[in-house]
Amino acid sequence: MTQPYRLSTGGRIDRSRTLTFSFDGKHYTGHPGDTLASALLANGVHLVGRSFKYHRPRGILTAGGEEPNALVGVGRDDAHFTPNLRATQVELYDGLTSESQNRSPSLMRDYGAVNDVFWRFFPAGFYYKTFMWPRKAWTKFFEPRIREMAGLGRSPKTADAARYAQRFAHCDVLVVGAGPAGLAAALAAAKTGARVILCDEQSEPGGSLLAEPEAMIDGLAAAEWLKAALVQLAAYPQVKILPRTIAFGYFPHNMIGLAQSLTDHDGEWDDSKPRGRLWQVRAKQVVIAAGAIERPLVFPDNDRPGIMLAEAARIYLERYGVLPGRRALVFTANDVAYRTALALHRAGCAIAGIVDLRPDAGGPLVTAAQKAGLPVFPASTIAGTDGRLRVTGATIKPIAGGSGQHVSCDVLLMSGGFTPSVHLFSQSRGKLVFDSTLDAFLPGAPAEACSVAGSAAGLQSLKEVLDSGAAAGGGAASYQVANAPLAQGGFIGAVPYHGDPGSVRAFLDYQNDVTAKDVVLALREGMRSVEHVKRFTTNGMATDQGKLSNMNALGIMAPVLNKPVPAIGTTTFRMPYTPVPFGYFGGYARGELFEPERRTAIHSWAAAQGAVFEDVSLWKRARYFPRGTEDMRQAVARECRAVRNGVGIFDASTLGKIEVVGPDAAEFLNRMYINAWTKLQPGKLRYGILLREDGFVIDDGVIGRISDTRFHVTTTTGGAARVLTMMEDYLQTEFPELDVWLTSTTEQYAVIAVQGPMAREVVQPLVEGADISAEAMPHMSMVECRIAGVPARLFRVSFTGELGFEINVPADYGRAVWEDLMESGRPYGITPYGTETMHVLRAEKGYIIVGQETDGTVTPDDVGYAGMIGKAKPDFVGKRALARAAFAAQTNRKQLVGLLTDDPAHVLEEGAHIVADPAQPKPMTMLGHVTSSYWSDALGRSIALALLRDGRARTGEQLYVPLENGNARVTVVSSVFYDPEGVRLNG
Amino acid sequence: MKLLPPRSPIKGSQEMLLIPCPYCGNRPEIEFAYGGEAHVVRAAAPRTVDDTAWTEFLYFRKNPRGDHAERWRHAYGCGRFFNVKRNTYTDQIEASYRIGETLP
Ligand SMILES: [Zn+2]
Repeated sequence: MTQPYRLSTGGRIDRSRTLTFSFDGKHYTGHPGDTLASALLANGVHLVGRSFKYHRPRGILTAGGEEPNALVGVGRDDAHFTPNLRATQVELYDGLTSESQNRSPSLMRDYGAVNDVFWRFFPAGFYYKTFMWPRKAWTKFFEPRIREMAGLGRSPKTADAARYAQRFAHCDVLVVGAGPAGLAAALAAAKTGARVILCDEQSEPGGSLLAEPEAMIDGLAAAEWLKAALVQLAAYPQVKILPRTIAFGYFPHNMIGLAQSLTDHDGEWDDSKPRGRLWQVRAKQVVIAAGAIERPLVFPDNDRPGIMLAEAARIYLERYGVLPGRRALVFTANDVAYRTALALHRAGCAIAGIVDLRPDAGGPLVTAAQKAGLPVFPASTIAGTDGRLRVTGATIKPIAGGSGQHVSCDVLLMSGGFTPSVHLFSQSRGKLVFDSTLDAFLPGAPAEACSVAGSAAGLQSLKEVLDSGAAAGGGAASYQVANAPLAQGGFIGAVPYHGDPGSVRAFLDYQNDVTAKDVVLALREGMRSVEHVKRFTTNGMATDQGKLSNMNALGIMAPVLNKPVPAIGTTTFRMPYTPVPFGYFGGYARGELFEPERRTAIHSWAAAQGAVFEDVSLWKRARYFPRGTEDMRQAVARECRAVRNGVGIFDASTLGKIEVVGPDAAEFLNRMYINAWTKLQPGKLRYGILLREDGFVIDDGVIGRISDTRFHVTTTTGGAARVLTMMEDYLQTEFPELDVWLTSTTEQYAVIAVQGPMAREVVQPLVEGADISAEAMPHMSMVECRIAGVPARLFRVSFTGELGFEINVPADYGRAVWEDLMESGRPYGITPYGTETMHVLRAEKGYIIVGQETDGTVTPDDVGYAGMIGKAKPDFVGKRALARAAFAAQTNRKQLVGLLTDDPAHVLEEGAHIVADPAQPKPMTMLGHVTSSYWSDALGRSIALALLRDGRARTGEQLYVPLENGNARVTVVSSVFYDPEGVRLNG
Repeated sequence: MKLLPPRSPIKGSQEMLLIPCPYCGNRPEIEFAYGGEAHVVRAAAPRTVDDTAWTEFLYFRKNPRGDHAERWRHAYGCGRFFNVKRNTYTDQIEASYRIGETLP
């Protein structure tokens, strides 16, 4: 290809090398130093996308991160594909593959453009109002249609092939933006010996100096001064310069989030290198030198391809050697657009006219334009444009009225002045102050240790910009500047255009397709605050966060509301400044590292046996051990039978364990748990219940007294960390006088439960140093001994209702002891069982599971455990709350009961509600809900536990559980289904 | 109430405060767990407190916009609870002091 709009000289591109790239399947060429946008323009391509709502053809509007139109998908394949990239920021590399978005089937012929024909039916507030239409219309028509048509970009379907790195850093001064102000700040700070990080979103530092052919700084051409400044900075070892790095977020205490792109610019060819790096920088001082963003002018049909910002056009010319068109019309309220016109004129582009909203534009640039013979139209406006896929002309009218004049052009370059980039400053919660001479919000009092320099602070001359940077960096340099233009003048709001306002669309927010009329409509519908207007019209809610549109929206609102701009306020700026790919935030936390798995010492054995695992908090627990073709129900029935009739073995290692040690250990437990602990003898166990201060059950577990001053506390699997934190809280803040130490021992012990009538026969042969006979070691006792040669804490305890032991051994020996127990149990048919069988066996006995039978609103009495409360204790956590009159007044609390279905084969759904009268009209009176429900092999039928209003008094009553396929009749029974006398425990 | 939400350390990347632990010095927020309003006194003899006062103790908190005395635990550090005076609007921390000490 020929790049017909590329100039033969000038710019910062390397013409000695030619790069090939594709856009929508068509191949083009460009040069190193190009962006995708500049390369497309060099090839005469302006049409790059379709707008969000109306599918209007759109072109490249800007030359930077504020670009709302030229959003593209880039990547050679799905695994390297990123949607919604701004073509103005995508650096060109050889082989780059890109595509436009929001069009079907092609940019030239887009079916969605029908929205543009019917634009009157899609006014502001459309999305909100359609919610009020009949539901059917929404689900059948609007939602699928909107989903199909309103997408921005496509999500890749394959996993991201790239890696992402993360880094924490500290510095004395972080300078955001490496334009003249940022460079001056970094130079001044570096001179003081400060550790400096200087970051900039572009491929090379320099900012506006990268397109500055005229200005002289300290006697050097701007480009030469830039080169010298970078050499000077590179000589400081404590200065780090990060190009291609966006400061996307300003967080409390001077934490700045940076997203540094590492391989995007050369095509992500090597997946072993990180694609990007997320920096979390803690800076003593932040200098925001983020520059200013040129504003579009809001006039009818101001969105055709070929309509660009004036300064952007000059950047394409000066930095990339690209002519944006052959015949330019300039529309401005600012002097710098004259500079664009002059530069284009010199480069061979015809200037159809300079239309200036101001009646009295003067100054050197205006004079120079007049001197060059460029036609200037003062006090004039543009009343409309034409051209379908590219602008072809516009109508110029005097503001005072009168007949218009049509001129043809292939680019229309506009400038409404500049909006300082206060985004980061505002994110830091610094106050913004409105400057009515500049029509701009400027940084006011900072909330963090930060300062704002350069045009981000509203400064307009290069000398002021450089000096403010030097001052912000702690220096006093006074720069000598010559030949620099002054960016004075500006306009906010919709320009006068003398047309029927109902029949034109003057675009305000290009990315969200919001027009000036939409804002007026929002005000007519009663919206007053800028935040309301924003949500009603969606102005400023696109990914560019209204970088181009916010000030113009305020300019439209102010005269309608008859209020000054600062009285209307500005919207909140949020991170990220520009979109950051998700991968940066995920960083290393993906795949296996996303959420670390916790595995017990016996995990590998269970996995080798083909166990099916389930997630319990971060733990992997064996759920059941299928044999042959067994499904879960068959496996669980077999495992249950083994425990009830012979012996089973269960990995209980995930139970939380806390060692409570010290002279006041018993007193501490007295104050924490509802039970009494003082009289519990060493060598004995007790089932403990823990409440929150509000009286509701939060955890439970068996607690063993090892000695007078030492307890072995167990907690639920999921509650271990919570309980330890709660204990630490009370110990440190409420009971600091108690002499107690708490240590988590969850991961130090493997816990093996051996349960069933044959349990003692299995364990006995492996025990050294203890008598575990029924007489010497009754239910709820413990002994320290050796098992399989390993020091152990042996508990006689049961969560199955059978004779049982729980063996605590050092975790490293867990698997060895487990295998010895398997060997020892072989003659008895020892059967490994999983959590599902554990659940069934405990439900048959009516043992609760905290979090299943309890939900944070259940008292000990609700689950039938009131008898465990140590009545003589003056205080324990939750005691005072339970004594409140509010509890006593409640006569119909939900209580734990058992339910038996009429149909013994029917296993109820957990969570199902219980009612007395299934014929009652809705809303029905809910009496409670099913908390646990299983097939019980021992009973040969289904069983369920439930929380039921006044449940214990309802024993024998028949109630109903309404389910999707009919009502199940149930009978209320005791929550203990199996061996209610508990004889088996004592075997 | 004395409940701390369970925290997973990997969820910390969006937590940005720099918190001065009175025992360890400045540490990033990722190492800490929030503990709610400070100086909510649990009566030494709860029996002697009436229902209204106990309900107040259980459920009512100031939730101010501005200066707030609050508890933090250096959960992934020394494990100690301590108090912090933080402005809930600006997030600036004005003081950090040990349990039992009064708000400076
Ligand atoms: Zn600490």
